[in-house]
Amino acid sequence: HFHSVGIAILPELTSLYFDCHSNLPAFLLFAFKDTIDLSKFPVDRIRNFCIIAHIDHGKSTLADRLLEMTGAIATTDKNKQVLDKLQVERERGITVKAQTATLIYSHQGQQYLLNLIDTPGHVDFSYEVSRSISACQGVLLIVDANQGIQAQTVANFYLAFEAQLAIIPVINKIDLKNADPERVETQIEKVFDIPREECIRISAKLGTNVDKVLQAVVDRIPAPMASTDDPFKALVFDSNFDHYRGVVANIAVFGGRVKKGDRIVSAYLGKTYEVNELGLLRPHEHPTQKLFAGQVGYIIAGMKDVKEAQIGDTLYLQEQPVEALPGFKPAKAMVFAGMYPMDQSEYQGLRSAIERLTLNDSSVTVQRDSSMALGAGWRLGFLGLLHMEVFNQRLEQEYNASVIVTAPTVPYKAVLSSPKLIKEHGSEEITIVNPAQFPDRSVVSEYLEPMVLGTILSPDTYTGKIMTLCLNRRGIQKNMVYIDDQRVMMKYLFPLNEIVVDFYDLLKSLSSGYASFDYENAGYQAADLIKMNILLNGQPVEELITIVHRGRAYSTGKAMCERLKDSIPRQMFEVAVQASIGSKVIARETIKAYRKNVLAKCYGGDITRKMKLLKKQAEGKKKMRRIGNVEVPKDAFINVLKRKDK
Amino acid sequence: TKLDRNTVTRMIKHALHAARRAFSPGLRCFSEASGGEISEDVFERAGSPRLTKQASLYVHWPYCLRRCSYCNFNKYIPRENNDPMMTECLQRETETLLQLSQVSCITSVFFGGGTPSLAHPSTIAAVLESVSRRAYLSDKAEVTLEVNPTPVGKSKLEDYCRAGVNRFSIGVQSLQDGDLKILGRDHSPHQALQTVEEARRLCPGRVSVDVMFGRPKQSAESWENELSELLRVCDDHVSLYQLTLERGTQLFKQVLGGEVTMPAEDVTAEMYQCARRTLHQHGFLQYEVSNFARHKAVSHHNTSYWKGRQYIGVGPGAHGRFVPRGEGGVVREARTQTLEPDVWIREVQQRGHGTRRRIQLSHLELLEEVLVMGMRMSKGINHKHWELFSPQLGLHEVFGTSNDIQELLQSGQLILDDRGLRCSWDGLALLDSILPALLVMLERQISQRLQRDHHADGQTKRISNPQ
Repeated sequence: HFHSVGIAILPELTSLYFDCHSNLPAFLLFAFKDTIDLSKFPVDRIRNFCIIAHIDHGKSTLADRLLEMTGAIATTDKNKQVLDKLQVERERGITVKAQTATLIYSHQGQQYLLNLIDTPGHVDFSYEVSRSISACQGVLLIVDANQGIQAQTVANFYLAFEAQLAIIPVINKIDLKNADPERVETQIEKVFDIPREECIRISAKLGTNVDKVLQAVVDRIPAPMASTDDPFKALVFDSNFDHYRGVVANIAVFGGRVKKGDRIVSAYLGKTYEVNELGLLRPHEHPTQKLFAGQVGYIIAGMKDVKEAQIGDTLYLQEQPVEALPGFKPAKAMVFAGMYPMDQSEYQGLRSAIERLTLNDSSVTVQRDSSMALGAGWRLGFLGLLHMEVFNQRLEQEYNASVIVTAPTVPYKAVLSSPKLIKEHGSEEITIVNPAQFPDRSVVSEYLEPMVLGTILSPDTYTGKIMTLCLNRRGIQKNMVYIDDQRVMMKYLFPLNEIVVDFYDLLKSLSSGYASFDYENAGYQAADLIKMNILLNGQPVEELITIVHRGRAYSTGKAMCERLKDSIPRQMFEVAVQASIGSKVIARETIKAYRKNVLAKCYGGDITRKMKLLKKQAEGKKKMRRIGNVEVPKDAFINVLKRKDK
Repeated sequence: TKLDRNTVTRMIKHALHAARRAFSPGLRCFSEASGGEISEDVFERAGSPRLTKQASLYVHWPYCLRRCSYCNFNKYIPRENNDPMMTECLQRETETLLQLSQVSCITSVFFGGGTPSLAHPSTIAAVLESVSRRAYLSDKAEVTLEVNPTPVGKSKLEDYCRAGVNRFSIGVQSLQDGDLKILGRDHSPHQALQTVEEARRLCPGRVSVDVMFGRPKQSAESWENELSELLRVCDDHVSLYQLTLERGTQLFKQVLGGEVTMPAEDVTAEMYQCARRTLHQHGFLQYEVSNFARHKAVSHHNTSYWKGRQYIGVGPGAHGRFVPRGEGGVVREARTQTLEPDVWIREVQQRGHGTRRRIQLSHLELLEEVLVMGMRMSKGINHKHWELFSPQLGLHEVFGTSNDIQELLQSGQLILDDRGLRCSWDGLALLDSILPALLVMLERQISQRLQRDHHADGQTKRISNPQ
């Protein structure tokens, strides 16, 4: 129930025409006029910025206020996370997909175009963040006045810092009872080396001091370095797919100007397109005649496939070729998981849902895969865990697809020693995504596992517990800093594998929710990895092959055997569930044989119920997978392979 | 009030004679061995059309005095005495359904419940009279009544005999006083023993006792002792049931709430095996999963269920399986009567019967029931028995080729030979693990057969169900 989002409203019209309590759709109430003359905004009156923050520190609320104050949307208490359009974003209070909104702001008698690029808060989406940052000259770094600096605040700060952007620290939620802006200012000084005087204390919820933020954007963030006199040159920093109009590319104009009807070229593909439509995002599309250097907007140019609008690509005019901008490194998948339809009859439906979803999320890698237990499916690569969860949730919510998601795995590497294999693979080092393809120790000189540098922020009362947890996860402490007299920041080097499944949940529960965690990739390290088999009555189960660190083999093997024991029904004979490394059994559970399984009373009377039950069992039997003489229901695989429910 | 015995006896004799006069002797559908036992040979030679000319009859008395803590069966605590109405309706529905089925012969009658020993003996007599009016009911045909072993139940046994009952099934359940209380029964072990004694006096060799194992807190050892005690007093038939915890019962709630603990699976399995051994040692042959008899005192009524014969269910919630030939039907139907007695009574008064649901059984569904029921018998399904229902596909053809079933045969759980298909002694205790494999194979073979016929004819040929 939100009224105004889809409409570009000029500031002067807002109060006159917008009636949010009317039953009539708001857009019928006023005329839509394209009166913005973008040529009136020279580069020095343009500011491009984004907002970065830890989850729930109020980034989207501040964006709502900025939109309201500049008249992009009406002022109403119903505006909640206007830029977060996806259901998953609203539910989780996070931003997944960067959104752009152009604000028109009057300051000291001048009108400015402020381009707000809303960024995802989580480092899993740092690819989106860095894309957004590349189109900006400054950031608003939001910190909660109560919670202070959190793990993602740190991660996001470094992204902006490394991009050499102007950073405006904003302390939000000063209206809260426990707000302690003084302390947060101290933290900012200590951790980020930013003078406390530069912090702006606000309450985005109440609108307190939000005007100061707008002033700071104009005063402290430099105008983009671009000139309308140069040839047209634009960076594609995002793209969306629209079923009716094809690709809608978000661009930042780095030089010159572009207008409807221009013939433009994609530097990446060398293909030429004609500009059909262009304009501002306020936050919804607002068509204009032209876009000028320094401005940010959208462009529709007859691109049919999202792959044609390569993110990081450079666009230029056909008659004026330019040197391409540096672009982006492609996002690298760090967490892999199998996805299978609940029922094979749903395969086609799930396939098209995944295709549609990856159209708008190019960072997901998709590979066809099949499992003897779960049938045909895919192995998908994600930037991180949250990315995977969000993808899965979007599949379920937006495409109504029910999927089995297997426990996440990480990409291992092996340095081959056998010349024959090196020749076969074309390289000495290979990446192993599927455990079944793990090469034997005898042909490998070294195995490598991906590492991450984790940042944990927590009240110091939990330090002991957190250190124990990290140690159990093979973490190596890199440093530990008190960011104020009670809060501690720790950095650990972890094998990625150790944190992908339940680390974050454990950290949250042992710190009563106070600790925050974030990580960045930190390359590969040699590791003592081994392949573990799961056996049922001596027969290996291919889909349960797992790569583990030698030191974790026993606990992992035992846990898997226990889960299998609980999910394989009793059979007419005893079943040994074992975990083995090579020929050595390291864990065992036993499923005892049925001694009696027959319904006592069965007379003519009520056999219908009994027949139904037996027929259901017979149906289930058809779907069971036989490992040797053991019948294993699909559910058992799902229980062992899928992520634990939280 | 004491029933006027002479009146009833006269009434029944009159009715039976009338029935015999009404139907020609040629309609007699089986030879009668001594004691009303149905000769196997005649049954097996009967050929499939004969299957539809006879049926057994189940009559449901829905009322109980109280609710047993473990029971989720269709039973009601009556608010008022509407026995005369119930009697009238049972009679009416019996006649309607007999007419509909067009069976010429009722091979056995079973009065179950509820607590049918709460019914007045005249009700039993009246229903039997209705049967005789519409079909041939031999005076040697098995007529069983379930009895709650209370002093009141005991005192009525003789009148039930006069009304035509010739077999009693007595719900002893347990010989432990405390256990009977937990189960919510309204009798004592002593009363149960007295009732058995009286029943044996009236119907020697035709009394069955029902006992239950796997009761709360029961141990294998105490069960063994109890069984020995029972064997000293029982007649020639024992039915033993494992107590199953049913949702919605008082006991279910108690177990869930931790007030009562049930014996573990391994313990109940041991109790079952122990009972099988003990009964065997005392000359009781196990002829079905839960039924044991010596001196050939098997229950004919229940045997006809397990052999896939037709049966007609009368009374609230009763189930039936028969071909409604009276309205031109050729396919066997699964039929269920309306559950609630008051509604059922209204329906019977309005349209002569309270049939709530009728489902035609496909050829495959019929064979599935024949298989599931037949395999419960220790003799299993012999080739003739199977051929009666599946003239085109023999047991070897259906089950002989599958790997799954070969494994069961090799492990000695299942036997397929010249006699037919059956479980071994060990296999019978695991029947529900064996049946799914058999059902999968049956379905596969029948559908393949259908496809082959389809190709052979060049058109869809429906395998109709002649029963």
